[in-house]
Amino acid sequence: MTRYQPILIALGIAALLVAPIGQGNYIIYTLCSWLLFSIAAMGLNLTLGYAGQVSLAQAGFMGIGAYITALMTLNGIHWSVAALISILSSFAVGLLLGYPALRVQHHFLAFVTLAFNTLLFLVLRNEEEITGGSFGLVGMERPTFFGISTDSNLAFYYFSLVCFLLAAAAMWWILRSPWGRAFKALRENPIRAESLGLKIRRQTLLAFAIGSAFGGLAGALQTPLVQFIEPSSFALIHSLKLLLMVVVGGSGFFFGPMLGAAVVILLPEMLRFTEGYYLIIYSALVIVLMVYSPNGLIGLGQKLAEKIKPRQEARRDLKQGVQL
Amino acid sequence: MNMRADNTNAPILSVHNISKQFGGIRAVNGVSFDVRKGEILGLIGPNGSGKSTLFNCILGQLKPTEGHCEINGRSTDGVRPADLSLMGVGRTFQQLSVFPKMSVLDNVILAGQEHQGSMLSRLLGKPDAGLTGKAEQLIEFFRLTPYRDTPAGSLSYGQQKLVDAAMAFMAGPGIVLLDEPAGGVNLTMLGHLKERLVTYNREHGTTFVVIEHNMEFVMSLCTRIIVLAQGEIIAEGTPDEIRSNQMVIDAYLGG
Amino acid sequence: MAELIQILVSGLAAGSIYALAAVGFTLLWQASQTINFAQGEFVMLPAFFVLIGMTVLGLPMWTSILLALVLSLLILGVAFKRLIVEPMLPHGTLPLVIATIALGLLLKESVKEFYGATAQPFPAIFPQTVYNVAGASVSVQDICNLVVSMLAIGGLQLFLNRTRTGRCMQASAQNPAVAEILGVNVKRMVLYTFLINAALATIASVLISPIYLAKFSNGETLGLVAFIAAIVGGFNQIRGALVGGLLIGVIDNLSAVYISAQYRAAMPLLLLIAIILLRPQGLLGTPEGRTV
Repeated sequence: MTRYQPILIALGIAALLVAPIGQGNYIIYTLCSWLLFSIAAMGLNLTLGYAGQVSLAQAGFMGIGAYITALMTLNGIHWSVAALISILSSFAVGLLLGYPALRVQHHFLAFVTLAFNTLLFLVLRNEEEITGGSFGLVGMERPTFFGISTDSNLAFYYFSLVCFLLAAAAMWWILRSPWGRAFKALRENPIRAESLGLKIRRQTLLAFAIGSAFGGLAGALQTPLVQFIEPSSFALIHSLKLLLMVVVGGSGFFFGPMLGAAVVILLPEMLRFTEGYYLIIYSALVIVLMVYSPNGLIGLGQKLAEKIKPRQEARRDLKQGVQL
Repeated sequence: MNMRADNTNAPILSVHNISKQFGGIRAVNGVSFDVRKGEILGLIGPNGSGKSTLFNCILGQLKPTEGHCEINGRSTDGVRPADLSLMGVGRTFQQLSVFPKMSVLDNVILAGQEHQGSMLSRLLGKPDAGLTGKAEQLIEFFRLTPYRDTPAGSLSYGQQKLVDAAMAFMAGPGIVLLDEPAGGVNLTMLGHLKERLVTYNREHGTTFVVIEHNMEFVMSLCTRIIVLAQGEIIAEGTPDEIRSNQMVIDAYLGG
Repeated sequence: MAELIQILVSGLAAGSIYALAAVGFTLLWQASQTINFAQGEFVMLPAFFVLIGMTVLGLPMWTSILLALVLSLLILGVAFKRLIVEPMLPHGTLPLVIATIALGLLLKESVKEFYGATAQPFPAIFPQTVYNVAGASVSVQDICNLVVSMLAIGGLQLFLNRTRTGRCMQASAQNPAVAEILGVNVKRMVLYTFLINAALATIASVLISPIYLAKFSNGETLGLVAFIAAIVGGFNQIRGALVGGLLIGVIDNLSAVYISAQYRAAMPLLLLIAIILLRPQGLLGTPEGRTV
């Protein structure tokens, strides 16, 4: 924490406020999807970067949120209620999936969530009477708050921005609460943390469920943004993309998911000339990144910064320690 | 066994006839003893005498082949480390066991935060869980105040041992198990550590069980000593009695 | 009854191929704590090596299969270990998990872009004759697949238990530190494991592609089935992976006929969830102790 941080954050928010002004619909739409994928990635970062568990169902949780929101708003229920139900449902499903999976070793949560995402896709595709099957659902309207409609793309952008800032504030709160300290301790020395009374399993489970709830919120935003949802938008591949988003940005860093989402959303634009090779280049980049900097781009930046300005103090004391 | 918490005669830790067999080797063989409130009990013995095995049985990490351990009347068998901590049992580790990238203050606060409120209250409450004051007192007690905001991993070995001890005391445990606290610590720091432990014991009446190789350290720290050899208790008494016990001398020199 | 026999035979045949992938997956885990999320793509890829050999280079089928085996050993065995797993092991398991997920994506998308997105017909190795046995139609291909897979797994078991190298490999997997002290070249043993996995993947690929056709996305299901088979059987042993693979093959075929074609793919997933809930150590596994 530096004293420049509040200023930087204020500047960042100001930039987000002016970003869409004067831009075309396509850019605004892209910015909106960056905001909502950042929310989903932030949640996944809590699971992956802080609680150290792999979830391969974040797109599935977005799907839960998107379908619940779609079905409820199509039936005339206000978006805010639908979004709340979406968030709570994703949280509850997260608890149900995580409880058994976290009892066992070896990243079982990864397998369970993988299976869940695949299962959810099948249900969404096959239960045509409710979900519209492969044709999906259309006709969801954008919400109106106190007489202000979010129908225009610009209005919807600001609405998404409010949701994004609320989600970021919630995440910031979680990470600076005693939970944040517990997650750090778990990462650094789980055995010692447990011996000091930290209930690892419960803490991890709640982190995963809360992270999943963020996915639910992102899904609840996706429905009014796209106004058309179909099962394949929430297939396993999108969960993988979200995971890579978090990792590329820098898992375990607050701003990692935002950066990662920007990379994943913008990279296809920048690599448009590569046509279909985009995913190939992207996954190859991820592998290289994992070999050289498991902490993603932010970790890479930190490494470079440390090379330029070496921090001698920390090491000196360690040497002293060896002598004692 | 029914007992009142303030009954100073009731044992805080009782070890009932513990045996532990690994394959054909009997590491611990029918060991029983009680530890009363306020005692500093030393558990010593040559390498392979079974003291580490016994220690792990007490901590619930190993299931004894026979017998059981009780802390405040509750069996420790199969109790998870987190629950043991919440039962009021503090411990330190043989190897360095701090959170290296967290500040000394955060290390010590963490050691207390899980002992109060619920998981939800820790999410909604203050970032320091209201523990900064208490943590600073402990940091001051161990003379670590200049390092309050230093990452624990960059302290010297001996200082990290002090942080480890501060963490073990943070939740106000009734009993603390210290696993080779003197190991690898230089002489000056050792004297400091011993003095702090004795002072803490006198001020708070906390019970200690100390496993140790360093005889001088144990002799000057403990009020009572149990000597293990080949899985059995061969002597028990005050430091002076142990010092002059022929069997102990034989076990150490002959073993 | 005849129908049931038919389903059992084709289920066991498919299951034995799943078992090949699951066994390799288990071996990798044992030898180097690598959870290979690209295992499905490892099975998908060799079929395309064969196709490249036959259609691009104009080689005969068996030569192409040999070529595929060599390429697999080099790419999925040696290169995978040297370039990805080895440099990442010091970072812990999590970055490696992510990297194998990315690797799966890389292989899948590469095949899609460089070879084609459509399913490619794959030459049958075994005659596709169907015999009528007591009213049930049993295909020679199924029987041959079952036999070849079983021979491969049986041979592997014999190799691991009866040969010096095999026992050294087991020792390295169980306790690398001790094996090293005893003079075992642990690094080489781990490399052998990666080679065996690549070879098993090639066999599985060549056996399964004539049935399902060769397609870039085959790895999705195959990988999932291999994980599930490994977990159902008990993550840490070959026997378990074998039983898990066979079980899933049979369940898959049974549910296609008796439950619903739409939810056929859901059955192995439900089995996985049931196993994790009720018997997390797997059907044949022994508890490895609790996580946290």
